Amino acid sequence: MNNTMISIKNINKTYNNLTALHDVNLDINQGEFIALVGMSGGGKSTLLRLIAGLEQPTAGSVTIDQSDTKTLMRVMFQEDRLLPWMSVLDNLSFGSKDKNTKAHAQELLELVELGDYADHYPTQLSGGQKQRVALARALMSHPKILLLDEPLGALDALTRRKMQDLILDICQKQNLTTILVTHDVEEAARMADRIIVMKDSTNSYEEDCPKNRNAGQIGIVADRVLGEILNEKPLEVKTA
Amino acid sequence: MQKPVSISTTRRKKFTIPVDKFLPFLIPIIVVLLWQVSSSLGWLSSSVLPSPIAVFQDGVKLTLSGELPKNLSISLYRATVGLLIGGGIGFLLGFINGMSNTSRLLFDSSIQMFRNIPHLALIPLIILWLGINESAKISLVAIGTMFPVYINTFHGIRSVDPDLIEMGKSYDLTKKQLFFKIIFPAALPQILVGIRYALGVMWTTLIVAETISASSGIGYMANNAEDFVDMETVVLCIVVYAVLGKISDLIAKSFESLLLEWQNTGRSNA
Ligand SMILES: Nc1ncnc2c1ncn2[C@@H]1O[C@H](COP(=O)(O)OP(=O)(O)OP(=O)(O)O)[C@@H](O)[C@H]1O
Ligand SMILES: [Mg+2]
Repeated sequence: MNNTMISIKNINKTYNNLTALHDVNLDINQGEFIALVGMSGGGKSTLLRLIAGLEQPTAGSVTIDQSDTKTLMRVMFQEDRLLPWMSVLDNLSFGSKDKNTKAHAQELLELVELGDYADHYPTQLSGGQKQRVALARALMSHPKILLLDEPLGALDALTRRKMQDLILDICQKQNLTTILVTHDVEEAARMADRIIVMKDSTNSYEEDCPKNRNAGQIGIVADRVLGEILNEKPLEVKTA
Repeated sequence: MQKPVSISTTRRKKFTIPVDKFLPFLIPIIVVLLWQVSSSLGWLSSSVLPSPIAVFQDGVKLTLSGELPKNLSISLYRATVGLLIGGGIGFLLGFINGMSNTSRLLFDSSIQMFRNIPHLALIPLIILWLGINESAKISLVAIGTMFPVYINTFHGIRSVDPDLIEMGKSYDLTKKQLFFKIIFPAALPQILVGIRYALGVMWTTLIVAETISASSGIGYMANNAEDFVDMETVVLCIVVYAVLGKISDLIAKSFESLLLEWQNTGRSNA
């Protein structure tokens, strides 16, 4: 059942005279995990923000499949964007007095292994813990689509690895359609079903990742994608 | 994570708390003692400065006669009503101009122009308009306190992190929630700075207004005592103002720590 969840048609986005995106066409299937990689300034965040509806395209359209009621979409930003004046629990429920909302928030805190931190304030948490709270907040109200803009960029390698596994696990269990923006090709190769390379303001290349990949396969995919981003064609192609 | 506190920290805490509480009072106490000693030894003539004990006795006398409580309460009334009106208008204008660009373009530069007039310079005009009754004094306090509250509310709201607002919008908060959950709490520290500043302006304005034109109030009491060369009462009034100023500052501070509890939870401010 490969029904399309997000359909991007001929998207263009310009800021004044600067072309951030040029003729992007992309279909994303329900339940798919996409990684957007590419050089800095390549338009990854812009594309994600357009999908999230945080910005409007100059031309073209983004269509979200609305077949069962309103498909909820949630963004997890690079910065945690937690509200420092609210407790961790309130950051999930936005201070809602509703019992079910609170219970759901507590459940999600347990899921990200922060069940004991409901009453803490964000300033009392470490960077990784804050991002876990932000992840839990994104999962409130049962989204169908999760948009992640380098949410792990500020974390150390070990925490990053644990967060990757946590996100992967949640996305698989809840059957989320996920787009992850990252500049780390290794991370993309580890996590994604499909890697999209953003270059010269468009999606210039894509690579399907093997299922149940091992470390070796991850390395091969990462190398190939990196070569694609940096324009380092394999030697045979040059001499041919 | 907050459980293992090392012994040395607890010990230091126990030791430093009383000293922290006591230190701010040290200098006032020394000054009053020196003052009393100088008066008692005759170094300080009572026609220059009466002794603290004399001032205190004068205070007791005026309290028992009911004069001090009466004037104190009328001053407090003017200060409070003036602050509520001025602060209220300042907050409202700051809120509207902070939230709406049209309103900001329309009003802000005019308000800024008006702000540059020292409000005490309006005293003659206000007396001409309103006479020397209550509304004159209350209006002056209101005008004086309006601007600090306005400016700080306005800047507080304008400088809310746009990333947080974007987050709120993308998490489907309603306009009302966006204001009460994000914009207002984010602007609150700055608004409270404005209120604290306004409290200072409130007392200065009131002293001047009551000294120039009034038939009651602490400022009037001081001015009246001056006519009778009643040194004790003049000094008493100054002390009363100092105490009132300190009390309002303490109230403002406790409001701050109550409302901004989250600011004191940082790991670095432990
Ligand atoms: N609000 C904006 N106003 C003007 N130009 C913008 C704006 N947002 C993005 N751009 C420009 O669009 C281009 C693409 O930016 P974008 O943020 O999408 O890149 P990115 O691939 O996410 O880069 P990075 O990996 O550094 O985050 C850049 O040249 C950037 O300067
Ligand atoms: Mg980006």
